[in-house]
Amino acid sequence: MTAPPDDCLARNEWICGAYLTSRRQILWNAVLEHLELTFFAVLLGVLIAVPLALAARRWSWLGAPVLGITTVLYTIPSLAMFSLLLPLYGLSASLVVAGLVLYSLTLLVRNILAGLRAVPEDTRQAARGLGYGPLRLLLAVEVPLALPAAMAGLRIATVSAVSLVTVGAIVGHGGLGNLIYAGMNTFFKAQVLTASVLCVLIAVLADLLLLGLQRLLTPWTRAARA
Amino acid sequence: MNTLSAAWSWLTSAAHWSGPDGVWHRLGEHLFLTVVCLALSCAVALPVALVLGHLGKGGALAVNVSNAGRAVPTFAVLVLLLLTPIGTYGDWPTIIALVLFAIPPLLTNAYVGMRGVDGDVVQAARGMGMTGSQLLRRVEVPLALPLILTGVRIAAVQLVATATLAALVGGGGLGRIITAGFNLADTPQVVAGAVLVAVFALLVEAVFEAVRRLGPRWARDGAR
Repeated sequence: MTAPPDDCLARNEWICGAYLTSRRQILWNAVLEHLELTFFAVLLGVLIAVPLALAARRWSWLGAPVLGITTVLYTIPSLAMFSLLLPLYGLSASLVVAGLVLYSLTLLVRNILAGLRAVPEDTRQAARGLGYGPLRLLLAVEVPLALPAAMAGLRIATVSAVSLVTVGAIVGHGGLGNLIYAGMNTFFKAQVLTASVLCVLIAVLADLLLLGLQRLLTPWTRAARA
Repeated sequence: MNTLSAAWSWLTSAAHWSGPDGVWHRLGEHLFLTVVCLALSCAVALPVALVLGHLGKGGALAVNVSNAGRAVPTFAVLVLLLLTPIGTYGDWPTIIALVLFAIPPLLTNAYVGMRGVDGDVVQAARGMGMTGSQLLRRVEVPLALPLILTGVRIAAVQLVATATLAALVGGGGLGRIITAGFNLADTPQVVAGAVLVAVFALLVEAVFEAVRRLGPRWARDGAR
């Protein structure tokens, strides 16, 4: 009979290099699932939020109910939101994505609408005077001017989604949240800490990536500040 | 629709409302956690935010705390606290996590509110001979009140949500009905628990909205 190994895994330490090397594949898969869930949730959120915001901008009576409903959705705690979707989606990854989409809608619609509403009327008039049709006015004038506010909303929605994915562990599709949940039940400190740190890292990197994208898309905001 | 009617009959059955696992007891726990932690986090965050706002220092801190609060998963913090030595002391991991996540909105909104006070008004108050603390109490805080209250409302809603998640790490509150439902693979119970949590969260929001509408006019402007 051999003596039990005396490494950081056996001692259940918070920071453990042996954990990283021996569980590399598990961690990588969890990170991939985490990124996938976040990406699809935010993408779907944008695809739904843009037409909603445009419609609310076009027909002003639509503005109050759209903002009201999305705010109500945002008030519902994440665990309850996922649970309410359980009869519709079962224990699936779609449930987590659907829940995250509903959360991102509030942030996205509100910010896109604020951006569109902040376009000065003079600018719009000037574009019309230059012979811009409604579609060209939207694409060439209003969208670029609304972009900084919309991107701010997108960044907040993305960072929130990365953190909320972990709650998906309750239905077994929580990306890194699964590792945190399993680590909690087995008191596996290294796993909980590593997964948590990776989660924050993903959020920070996604935020920086979107900030970079925003700078690329709106070079004029930099020139104005300098 | 079967699940919905089953959830409805779960909610309307008297047996589920009484006892230590009953709705009334869990609701009491949830309310207690929310109120105590809201008071604690206000006591921690508001004085700091008001003084920093008054002095005009620490703006980066006030904003970054909010961003950090969003990036760090609540669930991860709850589990991390549970595995530290604090985890052996009953409700303390839950209470600490709740307070940590309620502080950012309080801090940021109160700070922004204080900085948003019109500079001319501050100058006029100083010209009338007000001291720093008089200026803070009688001019800046009243004018910043709408935003401070917005921060309290956001913090309260956040607390309700975090207290729900605390059920995942063995804490009390309405979330326990949901997690128990998951453990029993009892979808109607999960849905019934979720409805209770959602209604509770919306009621908390509604109470703050009512307070705001009934409050004096000067405390109302600028909110939202």
